[in-house]
Formats: sequence, structure tokens, C-alpha cells
Amino acid sequence: MAKHKTPLLDQLESGPWPSFVSDIKQEAASRAKNEKGVQYQVAVDCPEDLLGVLEMSYTDGETHWKHGGIVGVFGYGGGVIGRYCDQPQMFPGVAHFHTVRVAQPMGMWYSTEFLRGIMDIWDLRGSGLTNMHGATGDIVLLGTSTPQLEEIFWELTHNMNVDLGGSGSNLRTPASCMGMSRCQYACYDAQELCYNLTQEYQDELHRPAFPYKFKFKFDGCPNGCVAAIARSDLGFLGTFKGPIKINQEAVAAYVGGEIAPNAGAHAGRDWGKFDIQKEVVDLCPSKCISYEGGKLVMDHKECVRCMHCINTMPQALRIGDERGVSIFCGAKAPILDGPQMGSLLVPFIEVNKDDDYQAIKDVVESVWDWWMEEGKNRERIGETMKRLGFAALADAAGIAADPRHVQEPRHNPYIFWKAEDVEGGWDRDLAEFRKRHQR
Amino acid sequence: MAFISSGYNPDKPMENRISDIGPRHFGEFLPPVIAKNFGKWDYHEILEPGVLCHTGLSGDKAYTVRCGSARLISVTHVREICEIADKFAGGFLRFTTRNNIEFIVEDKKAALDLKAFLNSQKFPGGSMKFPVGGTGAGVTNIVHTQGWVHCHTPATDASGTVKATMDAVFDDFANMKLPAPVRISMACCLNMCGAVHCSDIAILGIHRKPPLIDHEYLDNLCEIPLAVAACPTGAVRPSKVELNGKTYKTVAIKEERCMFCGNCYTMCPSLPLSDGEGDGIALMVGGKISNRVTKPAFSKVVVPYIPNEPPRWPTMTKVIKKILDTYAADAHKYERLGDWANRIGWERFFEKCELEFSAHLIDDFRDPAYYTWRQTTQFKW
Ligand code: HEM
Ligand code: HEM
Ligand code: HEM
Ligand code: SF4
Ligand code: SF4
Ligand code: SF4
Ligand code: SF4
Repeated sequence: MAKHKTPLLDQLESGPWPSFVSDIKQEAASRAKNEKGVQYQVAVDCPEDLLGVLEMSYTDGETHWKHGGIVGVFGYGGGVIGRYCDQPQMFPGVAHFHTVRVAQPMGMWYSTEFLRGIMDIWDLRGSGLTNMHGATGDIVLLGTSTPQLEEIFWELTHNMNVDLGGSGSNLRTPASCMGMSRCQYACYDAQELCYNLTQEYQDELHRPAFPYKFKFKFDGCPNGCVAAIARSDLGFLGTFKGPIKINQEAVAAYVGGEIAPNAGAHAGRDWGKFDIQKEVVDLCPSKCISYEGGKLVMDHKECVRCMHCINTMPQALRIGDERGVSIFCGAKAPILDGPQMGSLLVPFIEVNKDDDYQAIKDVVESVWDWWMEEGKNRERIGETMKRLGFAALADAAGIAADPRHVQEPRHNPYIFWKAEDVEGGWDRDLAEFRKRHQR
Repeated sequence: MAFISSGYNPDKPMENRISDIGPRHFGEFLPPVIAKNFGKWDYHEILEPGVLCHTGLSGDKAYTVRCGSARLISVTHVREICEIADKFAGGFLRFTTRNNIEFIVEDKKAALDLKAFLNSQKFPGGSMKFPVGGTGAGVTNIVHTQGWVHCHTPATDASGTVKATMDAVFDDFANMKLPAPVRISMACCLNMCGAVHCSDIAILGIHRKPPLIDHEYLDNLCEIPLAVAACPTGAVRPSKVELNGKTYKTVAIKEERCMFCGNCYTMCPSLPLSDGEGDGIALMVGGKISNRVTKPAFSKVVVPYIPNEPPRWPTMTKVIKKILDTYAADAHKYERLGDWANRIGWERFFEKCELEFSAHLIDDFRDPAYYTWRQTTQFKW
């Protein structure tokens, strides 16, 4: 018998898409039965109380969570998000319902052994409910009480050899696409770089010292599967300089209809015969492809690496050599001046594991130094950039101006010249001036 | 229940403490065929919806079966996923950025068997546990945030709006008949933890009433300077009020300046925003993240407000379906939703999708607004 009546939520149990309501009910039933005899450390019925409080929100259209309060584990400034219910008498099981963020493996590959280990901890010490995964990328364990936090942290670190993720004004848990593990487009090992920087900057991740949050994301190529260009303060997108490699026989196979274009992504509708002119040549944004006499010809130097032709004919075209990353700075979703896309800061940098990615770390650290010096409290770096200008950031990061930094040059001549830019500086002699110009 | 110690000693928190170890290395969790061909993949094919085949330079093939999942899942459900991975996929699995689950198997038959198995698993309530799909030119799973399940600032629920939407567009999850991929995202307040700002279709919770001020508690509870500083528009200022003969230090809010973001509430719990009548949903469309053909682009607001209609948000899902179907019928192959709207013109977009245009849709927020107004004689009747 359900603890609370949930007529509204029950309507979310039908329909094809997996129902979170059915799943929470399944968890509630399993905890009530407790076949394994678990000594639940937080209320056995917290899934039921969660449904109860959610039903209340569905009825009155308002949230019933209070925020925060400072909770966490000793020595860390993040990784736990405090959460309290505003109707604790009605829903005691979720009166204290803190979130624990756990660092996810890059590319989100798991062994069942590891996942089960995490689930065992959460069965014993938490609500039995999770998010796989949070929007930043962490494993999100949803709902526990304050006395359990140190115990959970202890078991995660001692038994599972895994750490908490980030929250607060610090480095947030970095995330990468699956990259080289299963993608032929990966221009660098996004997972390894992400892992390396995460380990290098553990202090920045756990102990807030920044003006505001800071996110790293790593996309292996311009397709952007983890949205680095839109969702990270520093976004690393794989790129290449060398010509796209063409296999003319495979091109012919695409033209002849032997291979489905775009890896078969359009198979659900009859789009007619593949038309290489219309579907590849004409759509190339830099118009650098032609198809003549059964041969695909590319003016490689003009290619902007949008990936369209490669995505469309993956068996015929392959990314070029001389690979590296472009670094974009300042993306964020809300709020101050509205959303911001990352701006290209470093057009190309080598990803060199042999020197422990030193060149990339130099950029990261000089960007941080500048932001920590210049940024105001609760100002994302994208906002600091807007306030002080892109050139100030590039200068601080030691990056020479490059036409690739802009979509087009400025629309106004209101240049903030500095005295040192001008011959003779700004100190002028009035007496000399008056010799040439009478009052 | 008796307290069970992990071994942690509260009197000596530093004793045997382990910290700063970060995530586990992903190399420990790669299925053998993935580890072997790491960085040496040649090409991939989508064999059918939800089934991918990656071929390595070695000639090895890895077959992936992808299924959808709620993001909010229970320990019991994760264990079920683990059982499937153990039984079919050598004890490994992966989650995608958009909350799908992937299993790697060694041949095509195993992949198709697994697909059939996953599609046959149902919850007692009737919904599928592991619907296979989410590949190619279709709709894939929705990235979203916490909503009424776990956050203090939401203007709507996340899990419920997502479930209702995915039910409405399910056919396009399980098939690949759209002109290009359509990425839907959901965030339940302007903070946009879900980063809905670059999605083909974005569902966004919005408040429309300024914070309610609980003066008495504010004086006791809140750091006034923090609340003042939190406001992005400078609408909050320190103030004093007389209540029942007592003077309280509090704040005043310039209501016409409020953008309904909830930042002050995060700093000061005496400034709640949530309101059953005021809250609801805005829809945005036409954003993208990939650099394919056109540049990454922001989503644009096309419906300023739809009331919350739990549990299934019928008005919202109807509008989403209409936009999706209009796009599907009208766009060119490879054309993303925003590129289609740009090509036909936004005036035409509103006409075709039968959406009303109102003054709320003309940007008036700071500098970027100006760049969205029309500064040419070129427009369509
Ligand atoms: C003043 C601004 C913000 C406030 C007050 C805020 C507050 C919060 C809170 C309270 C949570 C935890 C929700 C929960 O699990 O209970 C959260 C989660 C999150 N926030 Fe924010 N946030 C803000 C801005 C942002 C911004 C700008 C971004 C991204 C660009 C962001 C990204 C996230 C993400 C990714 C999560 C995890 C959400 C999830 O996994 O569903 N937040 N935020
Ligand atoms: C000390 C500063 C300036 C001086 C001495 C100055 C002088 C002049 C003169 C003499 C003309 C007339 C040219 C002609 O038609 O023969 C002119 C035109 C104009 N000025 Fe300035 N100007 C100054 C600053 C500015 C500034 C700051 C702006 C804009 C922000 C500006 C915008 C214009 C414009 C738009 C025209 C008309 C151009 C056209 O008709 O094509 N001027 N200015
Ligand atoms: C220590 C000095 C000051 C402090 C702390 C201060 C603080 C504030 C605050 C908190 C507001 C409210 C902001 C808002 O409602 O949007 C405000 C508004 C305003 N202040 Fe000040 N202020 C100071 C000095 C001044 C001075 C010296 C002037 C003028 C000579 C001034 C002129 C104004 C005006 C005109 C507004 C209204 C702005 C608007 O409506 O957009 N303030 N001030
Ligand atoms: S971002 Fe590029 S390299 Fe990474 S998974 Fe996506 S397509 Fe592959
Ligand atoms: S990657 Fe894009 S820009 Fe380069 S040739 Fe192909 S279609 Fe053209
Ligand atoms: S988007 Fe807003 S309401 Fe939703 S989880 Fe994030 S902060 Fe909370
Ligand atoms: S809701 Fe946002 S804009 Fe409105 S007063 Fe609070 S902080 Fe300012």
C-alpha cells in the first residue's frame, strides 16, 4: 500500500518512455520488502516521501525544496549540495535530502562491478535514487542526511577508490566525449586529457578559490558531443591541419548507392538516391569541394573542418593529420548578458602527453591567474572577458592576436590606444605646442 | 536502524583520510574490443535505429545497442542494467551525454537479440524500461535538470515535462526519419543547469512574479549584501520596514527590473519566487552545438509562456509536436531546425508552425538585443 496517494504522478506511468514514477515505486517496494536485510541508514520510505512531496508540487505548481545550507565533508568546499524539504512533518523521509556528486569516469564507461559498488553504498546510506548523470557529468546520488556524508565519502574513497565531484565557486567536474574509445573522428585523446587535467587540478576542484564556477569540457572533434563550445568556461575541441584523406573508391561506392550516406542516419525515410552534388558539394560551407569526372576534389587549404563531408561519407573521408585542439573561452548559459558561446582563444595547440600536456596547462593557468586577479565575485570568465575585452584575456594568456580570433574586424574605431602604442607617448609639452598654435 | 560506521572516526577526521583522488581512470572500464581498438577506429554504420557498428583499422567490429532511460533512476534499476550488461555485454556499459545507455556486443545477431530483449522489458505501469533508439536523424533523449524533484528554484518539473515530451515524440526516438538530428533539452529555471541555450528545441521553466519578501525572517536569516549583490539587474537594495511597531532590516525590490532568475533566493531563503499562477514554461528553438555546415547557434524564444499543466503538460507537448512535424515536413535533408527557420525566415516559421508572435518575443535584454532586430528591407510577406 502506497504511503501517499499520487493520482497525478500515476498518470506518468503510461506511455512508451521509461517512467521515473514507476521506477521510484519499484524502489519503494524493494526497500519495504528489504529481501537482503539491509540496515538502511536513512528513512526506508524516503522514495515514498519523495513521491509524496512531488505529488504536492504537481498539485500546487510550486517547489517544496529549500536550498542549501552549508553541508559537506571535512576539507572540501564542494561535492555535496544541501537540500531540505519545506514540509518536513508531512514528508519526514526527505526532510534532509542532500545530493552527493561523484566523479564519473571519462566517457562514462563502467564495469558492472564498479556501478554495483556505488549502488551498494547508496542502498545502505542514501535514498536509493540517483541521476545517471547530472548535467555537468557527475554521478548524482540524490538524497541523504548530514550524518551519512562523511561515511559515504569514506566508503567512496576507501572502497571504491573514487572521489567527489565539484560544486560551488570552483572547478566543476570536467567531462569529455567518448573520443578515441569508440569514435574515428577524435582528433586527440579527449578522455586522457580530461582525466589528466582533473587529477592535476584536484585542489581547484575541491577547494573554492575562484570568483565563480569554472567548467572544462573536452570534445574530440568539431561535432561537439559534450557541447564544449556552449557549456564550458574553457572548451577543448579537437581539430586538424592536414588535408582530409580521400578514398576515391569509397566515394564511388557512396555515389553508386552501395554505402548508405551519413552512416545510415537517414534510413527511416526515402530521401531518394544519394546526390553527392546536392548533399556534400553544395553544403560545404567554404565551397571547397567539387565532384568532377567521378572524382572528389578538395581545396584542402580552404576547408574549415565543419565535419559535414566526413560525417556524410565516413567510409570515404577521414580526418587529416597534424591534429590538436582549439581552445574556446567563456561559454555559459545564463544570466547576466544572456547566453554566451565560447570564443576562440587558441586556434591550435598540440596535445602532448609526453610532456604531461604542459602547453595546455600553461594556457589554463594563465587564464585562471587573470580571472582570479580581475574577476568580480560571482562573475563567470565569459563576463570578465566581455567587461575587459577579449584582447586583455589573450594578452594575459600570452596569445598573439590572430585574424582567426574574430568573425570580422571591429565596427568602430574607438580603439583604446595605450601611451606605449604611440610614438613619443602621451606626455606633450604645452609650451612647444603653443609655439606652433596660438591661443 | 543502528548506525553503521564506515570506519570514519569523527574525533579524528584526518586519520587515514583519503582525498583528492579524482575519478577512476576510464581505461579500467573499457570492454575488451574497445580497449583493443582505442584510437584506431576506421568508420561506423548505423545498422538500424539504436544499433551501431564500429569497425576498427584491425577489422574488428564493435556492435553497440543504445537505449533510452530516465535520468532519475533507482538503485534497483541500475542493478537491472548491470544484470543486462553481465548477461549480454561482458559486464560493461556506458552512458551517453544525453542519458542513454549503451551496451557493446560482439556480433550483429547478439545486437539484434539484445535490442529485442530491451524492447520487451516493461515496468508494471506499462512504460518501456529500455526503449532502443536515439540514433541518427531522429530525436534522442532529453538532457534535463532537477525540477520539483530536487531543486529550490524551479518554475516547473523536469522529469515530468521530459516524460510527457518523450512520450509525444517517441516515434522519432525509435526511428530515423527527420531531416537531421533534433536535440531537445530541458531546464527548470533561468539558471539553465541543463544548458538549453543551444538546443534545437528547449523547454525552459520560467517564473513571472518577483520574489515575495519575508521581512521578519530576512532580518534574522539573510546576509543582505549577498542578496543585493546576487541580483544581475540591480533590482535588490537594502531597506527598512516597520511591522507591528518593530523595525526590520530588509531589502526592497524594484519589481519592474526583476528578470525572475531566482538568484536572490539562492542567497536568501526569505525571497521565494515559486508561484502556481506565475510559473510555467517558455519554449526556445533553433540552437545547435555542432559546427557541421553552419556555426553553433543559440536557441531563440518562440513561445514566451505556457502555463504549467501537470502531470502531462498537454499544451506544451502539442506545440512541440507541431514544431517538430512542421520541420520534418518542410526542411531539407541535413538541415537542422534552426537552419531551416533561418532559410525560410522566422516570419515564415511562425506562420507555418501556427505560433503567435508577441512583443515578448522581441529582445529587450541589454546589448545583444539590438543585433536581433531587423535592419534590412529584406523580409517576407
Ligand atoms: C546563480 C546561479 C545559479 C544557481 C543559484 C544555481 C543553483 C543550482 C543548484 C541549487 C543546483 C542543485 C540542484 C540539485 O541537485 O538539487 C544546481 C545544479 C546545477 N547547476 Fe546550477 N545554479 C546556477 C547557475 C548555473 C549555471 C550558470 C550553470 C551552467 C552553465 C549551472 C549548471 C548546473 C548544473 C549542470 C547542475 C547540475 C544539475 C543537474 O544535474 O540536474 N548552474 N544549480
Ligand atoms: C572631434 C571629433 C569630430 C570632428 C571634429 C568631426 C568632424 C566632422 C566633420 C567636419 C564632418 C562633416 C564632413 C562633411 O560632410 O564634410 C563630420 C561628419 C560626420 N561625423 Fe564627425 N567629427 C567628430 C567626431 C565624430 C564622432 C565621434 C562621430 C560618431 C560617433 C562622428 C560621426 C560623423 C558622421 C556620421 C558624419 C557624417 C558622415 C557622412 O555624412 O557620411 N563624428 N564630422
Ligand atoms: C555610496 C553611495 C551609493 C550607494 C550605496 C547607492 C546605492 C544605490 C542602490 C542600491 C540603488 C538601487 C538600485 C536600483 O534600484 O536599481 C541606487 C539607485 C540609484 N542611485 Fe545610488 N547609491 C549611491 C550613491 C548615489 C549617488 C551619489 C547618486 C547620484 C548622484 C545616486 C543616484 C542613484 C540613482 C539615480 C538611482 C536610481 C537608478 C535607477 O533608477 O536606475 N546614487 N543607488
Ligand atoms: S565530439 Fe567528435 S570525437 Fe567526440 S564523440 Fe563526438 S564525434 Fe566523436
Ligand atoms: S569538412 Fe566541411 S568545410 Fe571541410 S571540406 Fe568538408 S564540408 Fe567543406
Ligand atoms: S535549472 Fe534552475 S531550477 Fe533547475 S536544477 Fe538548475 S538551478 Fe535548479
Ligand atoms: S529574481 Fe533575479 S532579477 Fe529578480 S530580484 Fe531576484 S535576483 Fe534580481
